Amino acid sequence: MSGAAQARSLNFAAACKDAGAAAVIGFALFLPLVGFNTVPNLNNELVLQTRFGTLGTFVAIITAAAFLRTLVVAPWLARRARLPARAPGKIPHWLSRRFAPFALGFVLIYPAIVLTLTGPSGALKWIDNFGIQILIYVMLGFGLNIVVGLAGLLDLGYVAFYAVGAYSYALLAKTLGLSFYMLLPLAGILAAFWGILLGFPVLRLRGDYLAIVTLAFGEIIRLVLINWIPVTNGYAGISGVPRPTFFGIPFNANDDGFAAVFGLPFSPIYRTIFLYYLILALALFTAFVTLRLRRLPVGRAWEALREDEIACRALGINTTSTKLTAFATGACFAGFAGSFFAARQGFISPDSFTFMESATIVAIVVLGGMGSQIGVAVAAVAMVGGTEILRELDFLKEIFGKDFDPVQYRMLLFGFAMVAIMIWKPRGLVSTRDPSVFLKERKTISRDLVKEGHG
Amino acid sequence: MEVFVQQLINGITLGSIYGLIAIGYTMVFGIIGMVNFAHGDVFMMSAFIALVTLLILTTWIGISSVTLALFIVLVVAMVLTSVVNWTIERFAYRPLRGSFRLAPLISAIGMSIFLANFVQVAQGPRVKSIPPLVSGEFVLFGGDTYPVTLSHKQLIVWVVTAVLLAAFWYVVSKTSLGRAQRACEQDQKMAALLGINVDRTVAITFILGASLAAVAGTLYLMFYGVVHFSDGFTPGVKAFTAAVLGGIGSLPGAVIGGLLIGLIETFWSAYFTTDYKDVAAFSILAITLIFLPQGILGRPDVEKV
Repeated sequence: MSGAAQARSLNFAAACKDAGAAAVIGFALFLPLVGFNTVPNLNNELVLQTRFGTLGTFVAIITAAAFLRTLVVAPWLARRARLPARAPGKIPHWLSRRFAPFALGFVLIYPAIVLTLTGPSGALKWIDNFGIQILIYVMLGFGLNIVVGLAGLLDLGYVAFYAVGAYSYALLAKTLGLSFYMLLPLAGILAAFWGILLGFPVLRLRGDYLAIVTLAFGEIIRLVLINWIPVTNGYAGISGVPRPTFFGIPFNANDDGFAAVFGLPFSPIYRTIFLYYLILALALFTAFVTLRLRRLPVGRAWEALREDEIACRALGINTTSTKLTAFATGACFAGFAGSFFAARQGFISPDSFTFMESATIVAIVVLGGMGSQIGVAVAAVAMVGGTEILRELDFLKEIFGKDFDPVQYRMLLFGFAMVAIMIWKPRGLVSTRDPSVFLKERKTISRDLVKEGHG
Repeated sequence: MEVFVQQLINGITLGSIYGLIAIGYTMVFGIIGMVNFAHGDVFMMSAFIALVTLLILTTWIGISSVTLALFIVLVVAMVLTSVVNWTIERFAYRPLRGSFRLAPLISAIGMSIFLANFVQVAQGPRVKSIPPLVSGEFVLFGGDTYPVTLSHKQLIVWVVTAVLLAAFWYVVSKTSLGRAQRACEQDQKMAALLGINVDRTVAITFILGASLAAVAGTLYLMFYGVVHFSDGFTPGVKAFTAAVLGGIGSLPGAVIGGLLIGLIETFWSAYFTTDYKDVAAFSILAITLIFLPQGILGRPDVEKV
């Protein structure tokens, strides 16, 4: 028997062993929750139903995966590791240089494209569910990017500032009757104020602790919104929030409405298109401010803080004010986004500001590559657009049967993607943002391979 | 006085459950320095495993003895939850050791979302409730006006928690496994040089944490009789609060912290308002981390450059 054949048979034996182990573990993993289903019967008592077919499929898939992994993938990886290291695959120069202007051009003409393709009634869904929804998350991602991506402070309660913005707008607009354009900056300022307020006590904390405390603050704000019924109306939320106007001209069917003033037939599409450009402008504004801030001393200080907090302090950077400005700036943009959200929905309730929202925004920033603007935008499109697309996949019902509801799998896939991308590319899927300034001498090993500075 | 003693009894019961979950957080943090955000969802999953096992035992096999059924459920839940947590550690956390600091936390958050939604998809979004397994109570004192009672359910929670904590304490402090664990906590590289299999020790830590969470999950199911796929998050954060309050990394601290959180929550609900009881728990977390980050029994964190 030749050496190669012997190695192959050894591999085969090992693969069989791994497959057997995977089968046992997979069986134990999925037996209780996949193999059995608990459903209430007519007397409302729980009874068991078996789903051994599904269980068998799950176990078979896992067994096959473990078998192939040991037999095919592991030797292939080992062979590849022996080859001389190649330069990491670079995106072609022309693509990386032209991507941003091209993408910008596309989002600018997106409503027009959709209108010509689907007509006014179909376009409403595509502009609202995809365009506006994604752009809100792009904006939130840009805002959180300042805190997480630039300053390196993991904030798991970012949605609290979004909520502050939304409730500020809703309450002030309803009680004082101020216009959207006056309240937009005000909501941002209020959110920034809360950012400083919540930022102060957590300044001494680092890394994981900071993340958990911000999570606690986020939950506290949500619980207060639920329980402070005289002001926030609790779970029921606030309805009838005034909608934004076209610089004073309301979008309604009246004689002084937008359609009548411009001599157009009334259609809800005008408001949607206007909201689309409004949030696009806000998101671009956020991106622009971030770009400029990165060139200011405070932006450099944020990046230095992300890389190494102790070195930062040793160099005389005031870490307190650096962290607080990051918190406040990030919160301010969340406030803008929140007031836009309230104005777009016309209704807000604490349900829109759960931890899941914070996790979504964190996922967008992390998956896009912390600190990278284009990365965040692409990640937001992929994550939010991807999950919205799941709603449209009706043909899956024909494959998996009537009860199959793809929307259920939205957050499941989302969580899985977070784990998978952390393992596969912990520095982000799209791109990484190196510090804007650094010593020209390169270190012998990449920054990705060493532990990050504390913080 | 009667109200006070009654709330004390209720608080200790709730605190026992938090304490059992908190040990999982504190051990994992002690050994690899990560906040295992998915631990609360592992607890929730264990309650579901217990639910399915219980239904198999009572409706299929027809075991009538509640004690025997509970014992089997406890063992099955502990074993299967350990398998779940071992798999999570192996595939979601182990590849990230030595990666940048926030990577394991983000992976754990993803895992937490995944687990909760997996249970939702697999078992449906509705609350699952079972008829009460154990009823009856001891009247301690107080006569007819306000009888202070210790229900049999509460007694079971106390006894099971005490017995398993004693067994767990024995494993950690008296066996070679426990020594290996403490060695890895102090210095993983040195422990590895001395012939300790670090990967295996970390895996066993996750298994121990999961089995205690499974005990908590079974007791939770028995005590409340309901379980829902989103039940992992809030008890998880509260148990983490307990671990932080007791001093993260300290095992007795986790139990003390759990009891304190349980007591604070019950007394808050009894004397103030139930609306803000979660706010109280979250505020304690924030206040402890800000003013007493080393907790009650923890060592102060020395900053090294």
